[in-house]
Amino acid sequence: MSRKPESPAKGDLILRLRGVGKQFGAVTALDDIALDVHAGEVVALVGDNGAGKSTLVKVLAGVHQPTSGTIEYLGRPVTLDNPGRALELGIATVFQDLALCENLDVVANLFLGHELSPWHMDEVQMEVRAWTLLQELAARIPSVREPIASLSGGQRQTVAIARSLLLDPHIIMLDEPTAALGVAQTAEVLNLIERVRDRGHGVILISHNMEDVRAVADRIVVLRLGRNNGVFTAESSHQELVAAITGASENSVSRRAARKMDIMEGQS
Amino acid sequence: MTQPTQLDRADSRVRHDAGIAGALRGFVDQVRSGDLGMLPVIVGLVIISTVFTVLNPVFLAPNNLVNLLFDAAAVGFIALGVVCVLLLGEIDLSIGSMSGLASAITGVLWVNAGMPLPVTILAVVATGAAVGLIYGFLRNQFEMPSFVATLSGLLALLGAQLYLLGPTGSINMPFTSSLVRFGQILILPGWAAYLAALLPGAMIVLGAIRTNRRRSAANLSAAGLSVALAKAVLLTAALIFAVWYLERGRGVPLMFGIFVLAVAALNYALTRTQWGRWMFAVGGNAEAARRSGINIRRIRLSAFVICSSLAALGGVFAAARLASASQQAGTGDVNLNAIAAAVIGGTSLFGGRGSAWSALLGVLVIMAISNGLTLLNLSSSLRYMITGAVLAIAVIVDSLARRSRASNGRA
Repeated sequence: MSRKPESPAKGDLILRLRGVGKQFGAVTALDDIALDVHAGEVVALVGDNGAGKSTLVKVLAGVHQPTSGTIEYLGRPVTLDNPGRALELGIATVFQDLALCENLDVVANLFLGHELSPWHMDEVQMEVRAWTLLQELAARIPSVREPIASLSGGQRQTVAIARSLLLDPHIIMLDEPTAALGVAQTAEVLNLIERVRDRGHGVILISHNMEDVRAVADRIVVLRLGRNNGVFTAESSHQELVAAITGASENSVSRRAARKMDIMEGQS
Repeated sequence: MTQPTQLDRADSRVRHDAGIAGALRGFVDQVRSGDLGMLPVIVGLVIISTVFTVLNPVFLAPNNLVNLLFDAAAVGFIALGVVCVLLLGEIDLSIGSMSGLASAITGVLWVNAGMPLPVTILAVVATGAAVGLIYGFLRNQFEMPSFVATLSGLLALLGAQLYLLGPTGSINMPFTSSLVRFGQILILPGWAAYLAALLPGAMIVLGAIRTNRRRSAANLSAAGLSVALAKAVLLTAALIFAVWYLERGRGVPLMFGIFVLAVAALNYALTRTQWGRWMFAVGGNAEAARRSGINIRRIRLSAFVICSSLAALGGVFAAARLASASQQAGTGDVNLNAIAAAVIGGTSLFGGRGSAWSALLGVLVIMAISNGLTLLNLSSSLRYMITGAVLAIAVIVDSLARRSRASNGRA
């Protein structure tokens, strides 16, 4: 990873997106998206199903190529034309579908694409680093020599997160990292996100869980139908956020809340 | 025995199998969950040998087995290449034609044009590599299923073979030449064969000692030597017996020795190098591999190139074995035998599972069947039908094992 740029100082602008759009045939998944990520901050990306969150993540991970717009990385315009390029620059991603190879064991998955000593793989060294990394994440993996197929959903999630940290990236993108996790593991992942932020990395967090988002996010960027729909902070009210996500203050969530209030008032 | 301080022994929920009893228990668990490994091959070999020996005792005669090994080398090389493409979940149906074309090129360049043998072999392998490049290109650039690409390749290469051989249809190779002697007569010297039989066991033990030392130094659990020693003793005893038995006849064919060497080399590449790891990754989940930054196109290309090159080399061996390049070379059951060998040996048709050894073991099974049926004086019509049935059974076993693995949480 010799081409990886110098590490930015805390507060520096790492990633700057302007006017990014992505078309899938007739469908516009992303339209004129702007996004800034600084070193040492957690940016939450929220939005309803189909808002374009995962598409945006895939664009930044080099999986999809944007149809329009510019991406600046550490002040330089870059083209993320394949996943390897994104990893080289220091953008690591934990995908929603985890993207693990079920037939390989945990160590092989952690180091996939970045094996130590390519001509005679150093299995012992890789296993040691795997255990160390997993212990830092307080992960409960029974054995790193079992194929991924034998792990539970939460364990797979942990492996996927551990893998993203292996290369010490500048930015980590987590697509729904807590969806499959238990209470303790969710807290661990949130702790982990804060630890990663405090080390000066930028974090992009995608989640449907507003509690998680408010717990760690410095800024909350709302997407709606593939467009920017406001930037909030953790102090913003729940109503404001829901309104931005669904596009109106009059929506199914607020109606439901109002109904609940009515019932409670009726009871008292 | 377990120390809580070891990095990989922190989780108390996991049963850690230690020693020989533990290894046996682990093996039984593994087989039950559908990870059959080498078991079907060994069972198959025992059944086949028993049946054919009962029908015709000549089957087990040392010299018949030596002949069997001579025959196995050529198909074995082809099967070795097939393992590479199967690991990716791809297929190459043109390996038979490729080997036929290779023998034709050998005949034309070496016999007719009088070129030196090394140059000829180099040209043949280069042709194979070029064909593999074309398949890889078609697969990568046009997403052409390898099934179709190589099926059209089958016909095209067969055409090239017929064109090269011309109206006479066959080129005979001089019996006194080095190539034909290599294909029909040359055997490993006795001491070399015994040495080769000792080598795997010694390497198992030395490897285990080295790994144990490194793991202990890194604060990981070390497996201990008992299992490795038991394996090594069993393997060495079996190999020494095999060599001793073959030495009662003509001995171990040199070309079979070279084939085993190639298997060992590919095994190293697949299990110890980054390239091998990536092969398994692409075969298991190509999209995950791509997102890890692996250039899956290059991996695919490498697999097709290796497959076609080895098929070409197998064609040279086959020509040496038959002392001729003919229109029949590489046709008939060569394709099926090579693919069946890889699958019977335990390489999955669905990608992501398999090993280089499967080519060696599978080719022994296939060649044992073919040899036994020939001894029974059965016509090729029956031989084809039986080989076809064997391949079908092998694929059924593969599918059932896969289903069982899925339900038992193994890949």
